[in-house]
Amino acid sequence: MSHLLHTLRRMMHLMVGQPDYDAYLRHMRHHHPGHAPMDRTAFFRNRQEARYGGKNGGKCC
Amino acid sequence: MTRHIPWILTALVGAVSLAVVAVSRGETVNALWIVVAAVSCFLVAYRYYALFIAREVMRLDPARPTPAIRRADGLDYVATDRTVLFGHHFAAIAGAGPLVGPVLAAQMGYLPGTLWIIAGVVVAGAVQDFMVLFVSMRRDGKSLGELIRMEMGQVAGTIALFGAFMIMVIILAVLALIVVKALAESPWGMFTVAATVPLALAMGAYTRWIRPGRIGEVSILGLIGLLAAIVYGQAIAQSPVWGPIFTFTPVQLCWILIGYGAVASVLPVWLLLAPRDYLSTFLKIGAIAALAIGIVIMAPPLRMHAVTQFAAGGGPVWSGGLFPFLFITIACGAVSGFHALIASGTTPKLIATESDAPLIGYGAMLMEAFVAIMALVGASILDPGIYFTMNSPAAVIGTDPASVSAAVTAMGFPISPDLIVQTAKDVGEHTIISRAGGAPTLAVAMAEIFSHVFGGPAMKAFWYHFAILFEALFILTAVDAGTRAGRFMLQDLIALAVPSFKDSKSQLPGFVATGLCVAAWGFFLYQGVTDPLGGVNTLWPVFGISNQMLAAIALMLGTAVLFRMKRDRFAWVTIVPAAWLLICTLSAGFLKLFSTDAKVGFLAHAAKYGAALDKGEVLAPAKSVAEMRQILFNDYVDAGLVAIFLAVVLSLLVFTIRTCIAARRFAAPTAREIPAQLVTTP
Repeated sequence: MSHLLHTLRRMMHLMVGQPDYDAYLRHMRHHHPGHAPMDRTAFFRNRQEARYGGKNGGKCC
Repeated sequence: MTRHIPWILTALVGAVSLAVVAVSRGETVNALWIVVAAVSCFLVAYRYYALFIAREVMRLDPARPTPAIRRADGLDYVATDRTVLFGHHFAAIAGAGPLVGPVLAAQMGYLPGTLWIIAGVVVAGAVQDFMVLFVSMRRDGKSLGELIRMEMGQVAGTIALFGAFMIMVIILAVLALIVVKALAESPWGMFTVAATVPLALAMGAYTRWIRPGRIGEVSILGLIGLLAAIVYGQAIAQSPVWGPIFTFTPVQLCWILIGYGAVASVLPVWLLLAPRDYLSTFLKIGAIAALAIGIVIMAPPLRMHAVTQFAAGGGPVWSGGLFPFLFITIACGAVSGFHALIASGTTPKLIATESDAPLIGYGAMLMEAFVAIMALVGASILDPGIYFTMNSPAAVIGTDPASVSAAVTAMGFPISPDLIVQTAKDVGEHTIISRAGGAPTLAVAMAEIFSHVFGGPAMKAFWYHFAILFEALFILTAVDAGTRAGRFMLQDLIALAVPSFKDSKSQLPGFVATGLCVAAWGFFLYQGVTDPLGGVNTLWPVFGISNQMLAAIALMLGTAVLFRMKRDRFAWVTIVPAAWLLICTLSAGFLKLFSTDAKVGFLAHAAKYGAALDKGEVLAPAKSVAEMRQILFNDYVDAGLVAIFLAVVLSLLVFTIRTCIAARRFAAPTAREIPAQLVTTP
C-alpha cells in the first residue's frame, strides 16, 4: 500500500515536471562525489524553470 | 496456445459490442456497449499489434542503454519507473483536443466518430506516438525538428519547424476561442475562471517563499479555493452589482484573453504558470477518472442517432461531408500530430529501458483515445435537440428559444422552447443557445453524469461550472505555455535569417517574438470570435488539417527511418496511416481551398462576397462595406494558411520519398542512431 502511494506521489510530481529528488541525490553521490548537490529548494526551482521556460515545446492541445 | 485464450475472449467481447453499436437501429443502445467495445479493441491491439511493432519492426532491445542511462544527470535524463512515466506522458498528451473534437463530430451521429476513434488510434495515432518515441529514444531524446534534420536533411527540418510554429498558432487560437465561447455572457463561469488568477498568484508565492516544493499541499489549498469560487460564483452572478461586472461579450473576452496571453507569458514561471499547471493537471486527471466512473455507474442510454443526415454534409456545427472532414474533426483521440512534439520532448529522456516503450508510446495514446470515446459518449447521451441548440450558429437557428426550437425541430430533432429555457436554468446560465466549441456541451453532459452519481439535479449548476472551470483552466495553461514555446520556435526561425535574434542576453528579441506570437494567434482568435458562423466552423477544420498534417509528417519520418534501418519490409506499419492521413488532409485542404460550395471553400466564399461588394451590396451577416472587406480579407488569409500547410506537407513528402530511395541504394543501414556498441554506462 505504501509502495502504491509512493508511486502515485512520484507520478503526480513528474506530471508537473518534478523528478525524484532522492534519485538526483543518489546520482550526484555516485557520479559526482566532489560536487555539492543542490538543496531541495534549489532543485525544485531549477526543475520548475526547466519545465515552464518554454523550451520543452509545451503540452498538447 | 492457452495464453491466447483470454485475448481471444476479449476480442470476441469487443466484436460483439461493436456489432451491437453498429447494427442497432431504432432501439436505444446503452453507452456502455461503446465503452466495452473500445476497451476490448484497445487491449487486443496493445497485446498483439504493439508487441509486433516492438519485436519485429523496431526490434527493441531491453539491454540497449536509453538516453536516461547514457546521459543520466538526475535532472533531465532520469531512468524512471514505467508506471510513473506513463502518468507523466499521458498528462502531457491529454488536453482539450480529445474532449472537443468528438463532441463536434457527434453532429454526424455517434457511430462514425466511434469507429474512426477506435480504428484511427490502433492503426495511426498510437503507432505515430510509439514510432516517434522510438526514433527519439535512439537519438539521445532529440526533438522532432532535429530528428527530421538528422534523417531527411537541413531543409526538411526547417520546413517542419516552420510548419510546427504555424500549427501552434492555430492551436492557441482555437483553444482560446473555446474559452471565449464558454465564458461569454456567463458571469458565473467568468468569475470562477477570473478567481483562479489571484488564487494561482497566492499559490505561486506559497511555493516560492513559504513552503518551497510542497506541490501536493499547495494544490489541495488551491482546490479548496477553486471549489469556494464555484460556490460563491452563483451569488456573484445573481448580484445586481457584481453580475454585470463579470458579464462580457465575446469580443471583450477576446481582447481580455489576448492581453492575458501577452502578460502571462512574460511573467516568471513560478508566479502564475506553474501553480496554475498544478491545479489544471490534477483537476484534469481527476475529472477524467470521475467521468469514467460516472459513465459506468450511470450506464446512460445513447440518445443521439447512430448516423444523422449530416453525415452527407451540410451540418450546422461544421460544414462538409463525412469524408474527409470527419477524419480531421476528430484529430486528438484518433491521431494527433502534436503528440510527436511530446514523444520527442521530455519522455524519451526519462524512459528507463527500451522494453517500456510500447506501454508509454502506444499505451498512453490508447488511454487518450479512451478519453475521446468518453467525450463522444457525453455528447451522445444528451437530447439531440439540446445538442443542436447548443452547437448550431445563430445565423442558422436564430437567438430566441421559440425560433431555435422551430429551427432545430425542422432539422428532425424535436425540442420545445420550454426545454431550452429549462436546461439553461438547470445549469445556472442565461442561455445555452449557440454555445459551440465543445466545452459547454461537454459540461452539460458532465453535469448530467456527475449529478446522477452525486448530489442530484440540485447540483447540476455546480457540476456544469465545475466542468467549465476545469476545461478553461487547462486551456489557459496551454495558452500561456504555448505562447512561450511559440516564442522560442519563432526566435529559432528568425535567427536563421538574423542570427543575433537568438541572443539570450538581450531582452528585446524575446519580447518581440512573444508579441508576434500573441498577435498571430490573436488575429485568428478575433477572426473566429467575430465570425457569424461561430468561428469553430472556420477554425476547427484548419486546426484539424494542420494537426493531422503534422501527424503525417511524423509518420513519414518514421517511414524514412525504417527504410534507413533497412527494415523496409515492415515500413507498411507507418506507410498505411501516413497515406491515409495524406489522402484525408490533402483532399480536405483542397476542398477548403477550391470547393465551389461557399460554406466549405474559402475562395468560393470570398468570390461570393467579392461579387456582392462589386455590386455595392452588403451580404448578411456583414452590416457595412467595411465588414464585407474584413470577411474577404479573412477568407484570403485562411486560404493562404491552408495553401501553406499543403505546401509544407507536400514538400516533406518529396523529401521522404527521396530519403527512402537513397536508403535503398545502400546495402547497410544508414539511419543515424547512437550505435549500441559505443554505448557504455558511465
